[in-house]
Amino acid sequence: MTQQQVLDLYFLEARHQLVEVAAFLDRLERTGPPADFRARAFAEAIKILDGPGKDKVKAVLLAFSDPTQEPIFVATTKAACGAWPGRGEA
Amino acid sequence: MRYIEPHAHMVSRVTDDYERMVLAGCEAVCEPAFWAGFDRSSSAGFYDYFSQLTEHEPKRAARHGLKHFCWLGLNSKEAEDVKLAEEVIGLLPQFLDRPNVLGIGEIGLNKNSRNELRILEMQVDVAARHGQLILVHTPHLEDKLKGTRLILDALKNDRRIRPERVIIDHVEEHTVAMVLDTGMWAGMTLYPETKCTPARAVDMLETYGRERLWLNSACDWGRSDPLAVPKTAVEMKKRGHLAAVVDEVVYQNPARFLAQCPKFILDK
Repeated sequence: MTQQQVLDLYFLEARHQLVEVAAFLDRLERTGPPADFRARAFAEAIKILDGPGKDKVKAVLLAFSDPTQEPIFVATTKAACGAWPGRGEA
Repeated sequence: MRYIEPHAHMVSRVTDDYERMVLAGCEAVCEPAFWAGFDRSSSAGFYDYFSQLTEHEPKRAARHGLKHFCWLGLNSKEAEDVKLAEEVIGLLPQFLDRPNVLGIGEIGLNKNSRNELRILEMQVDVAARHGQLILVHTPHLEDKLKGTRLILDALKNDRRIRPERVIIDHVEEHTVAMVLDTGMWAGMTLYPETKCTPARAVDMLETYGRERLWLNSACDWGRSDPLAVPKTAVEMKKRGHLAAVVDEVVYQNPARFLAQCPKFILDK
């Protein structure tokens, strides 16, 4: 696709999603400084969007990922929450 | 347009969904065994579930002229109860010869625990001993990267497993390349909130090639869309992909992988 085609197809949708992210950040800001690991992970991932490089979606997904390599001893929950609790707390 | 839905949990869907899928061009649906949303209390619950997948659900699909195939296995969410898991794995061989069973799946990891890994390896062993195809579930969200690495290591460590007979499902941009590099197939799951959107799936097709990639809705009892595959075909057409290329992705690719099981026969 050309740049014109990408913009014609996806600009309005991306603009909408960016406004939603901005509204989420405002909502979060009104609750005080980020204390939860998810809020901190989100803030780190946001920085990637304005940085260099072309693989931004991969970098964002990696920013939320558990980077460790060994299996955990036992699963005490079934659900994933979207961010790795260990990042920044180790 | 014709397409194959290679991953859908139809036991959780209403009959209207079958009708809508057929209207959209679906010619076959493949249903991996999965977590019911609650832990089953005994292996008898799995016996009944495997019977449902191999006896009842094919008849339900056939009422709409749709071929129904399935995969059998123990999902990773119930793998921490090792005794139960071993009993369920013991049930598998008696079902594998049934006419709509394609292989072992969906097996894999959820929280990447030692027991999950052990149960995954046991089921890979069943697949190897019985010459079955394998369909693997990779973990959700923050657990996907680590889980995909552990799964690929486990599969590569078993020399009996041929990579072209394995599909690693639910890949995203941070895992798709590592899967394709092994020679295995990769599945992109189209979900409203997690996994892939149609636009991102088409991005990956354009970036990584379409030789060993397929699309699926993995529709179940959660937020999901049984028409996600045809909607992604429309997304491809919006970008200017030719009808023949769309057909390759949504029909020929799953047919090519699944036809490695001689029971996967589509009506001409």
